[in-house]
Amino acid sequence: MKTNLYNYILELADNCLIAGQRLGELCGHGPSLETDIACTNISLDLFGQTRSYFQYAAEIKGKDATEDSIAFLRTEREYKNILLVEQPNRDFAYTIARQYLFDVFHLLLLEKLQFSQDLTLSAIAKKSIKEVSYHVRFTGDWIKRLGDGTEISHEKMQTAIDGLWIYTNELFEVTEEAKELAEEGIAVDVSTLKEAYYEKVTALLEEGTLTVPESKYFQKGGKAGIHTEHMGYLLSDMQYMQRTYPNMKW
Amino acid sequence: MSEAQLKNTGAERSRSLEEIFEQRIANDEKIEPKDWMPEKYRKTHIRQISQHAHSEIVGMLPEGNWITRAPSLRRKVALLAKVQDEAGHGLYLYSACETLGISRDELYEQLHSGKAKYSSIFNYPTVTWADMGAIGWLVDGAAIINQVPLCNTSYGPYARAMIRVCKEESFHQRQGFEIMMSLCNGTEEQKQMAQDALNRWWWPSLMMLGPTDSESVHTEQSMKWKLKRKTNDELRQQFIDQTVPQADILGITVPDPDLKWNEKTGHYDFGEIDWDEFWQVVKGHGPCNKERMNARVGAWKRGTWVRDAAMSYAEKQKIKKENSAKAV
Repeated sequence: MKTNLYNYILELADNCLIAGQRLGELCGHGPSLETDIACTNISLDLFGQTRSYFQYAAEIKGKDATEDSIAFLRTEREYKNILLVEQPNRDFAYTIARQYLFDVFHLLLLEKLQFSQDLTLSAIAKKSIKEVSYHVRFTGDWIKRLGDGTEISHEKMQTAIDGLWIYTNELFEVTEEAKELAEEGIAVDVSTLKEAYYEKVTALLEEGTLTVPESKYFQKGGKAGIHTEHMGYLLSDMQYMQRTYPNMKW
Repeated sequence: MSEAQLKNTGAERSRSLEEIFEQRIANDEKIEPKDWMPEKYRKTHIRQISQHAHSEIVGMLPEGNWITRAPSLRRKVALLAKVQDEAGHGLYLYSACETLGISRDELYEQLHSGKAKYSSIFNYPTVTWADMGAIGWLVDGAAIINQVPLCNTSYGPYARAMIRVCKEESFHQRQGFEIMMSLCNGTEEQKQMAQDALNRWWWPSLMMLGPTDSESVHTEQSMKWKLKRKTNDELRQQFIDQTVPQADILGITVPDPDLKWNEKTGHYDFGEIDWDEFWQVVKGHGPCNKERMNARVGAWKRGTWVRDAAMSYAEKQKIKKENSAKAV
């Protein structure tokens, strides 16, 4: 089995899976019908991307692996998503800030991944770019609206950005497998995206009259499978059916 | 002209307007938002369309309950898409309702205060995954029977919205049936889960088609305006006749010992519906009435600062634009 490639796919896909799961929690509970529909849409896109990645990963893994065994039957330590995307929906500002901070990175990543030597990854990236361009526009607009809306919304959005900022640096951590695959032209060296990322985010936050946090201390661990305490609850919810009724078709 | 004469002319004019209106309906012409319509027609339509819109958005909750726990990625995506469709239905039904001169905020206020009703079926809990199948198959199935005739109703915006709603609902029903099919073709445990869901959703689905004709207060007028084309009891019979053979295909049993095919009538005979339960839930005392309302009101309240911010931002942008136009 191409272990490096398999692990790299998980690194890409788990972000989509967990971000999609978080947005899915809100379906039916949004601040307006329009935002509800839009957030569900983003969630749907992310799950669609997840499926493409996991179907590919299942092929590589072989044996009885399926997109679902990979999605639902790993232990917490085996999920490779960044800490950012597992953070809870504390309020609409947190949801939007979390999604935006991920979306900007996601788009930069896909724009590079489309040139991957791996044709499947390249194809998934090309399809996803269209979707993620919309995500970043939607969440970026809401960052501005809430940042430059009322005093209350400004404060809530600033709190969310401050709270989530510590998870942004992990986006650019290069794992061992990604490093090797990047040399072969398959993976993206995410450390190269950092400058463009902070430039874009800073410009938008300023446009939304928000202050860019100055924190020099960051959290990481997700890519190595060491998650925040929120992750276990998310997984027990998500894995409930597969764990309670093993080996069944739905 | 004397005052009495004036009054007479006014009355005659409105009578003739009403005659023209009734004639248009009889000719199967569509009534559009700017056309003259009797006040009662407007009010009845606001009531029914908003009730329908409220049912869509409250209906998101019992199914939304299973999004995070769906058993496979494929099912999760399908369920998300389905609940999103319901939000979409809510959106264009509210828009259709707004053409009758009422705002979405006012309609929400009516829902949140309990003044407006929504379909009682959504006050039942979704306790297992099989409920996602049963809701699609039975609840959407009953909804389609109710709604297909509305594609030809007299009020244009409602009729047009219903054409799209019905297309999507029929897709949802097939999706629900397919969930049931997977369960019934699965393990014994899965089949039991499907049977249990049918047991719990069967009677509420029959009640969903409304009180029996003798108890239905709006039927006569609604039939005249083509807001209704068949009576509740006729629709219920149609639903039963169509659904029982589907349960047979699934290999699960409809929980009605009195259910029997009647050669003579060409319909199924069925047992007594527990109308006390129906009225109890309608009056707000079902298993989840309070949860559903709390969820809706809670989401609306938690969203206030977001909606305020959006308005304030739009206002600021407008002023900015005006100022830069002036500067030029």
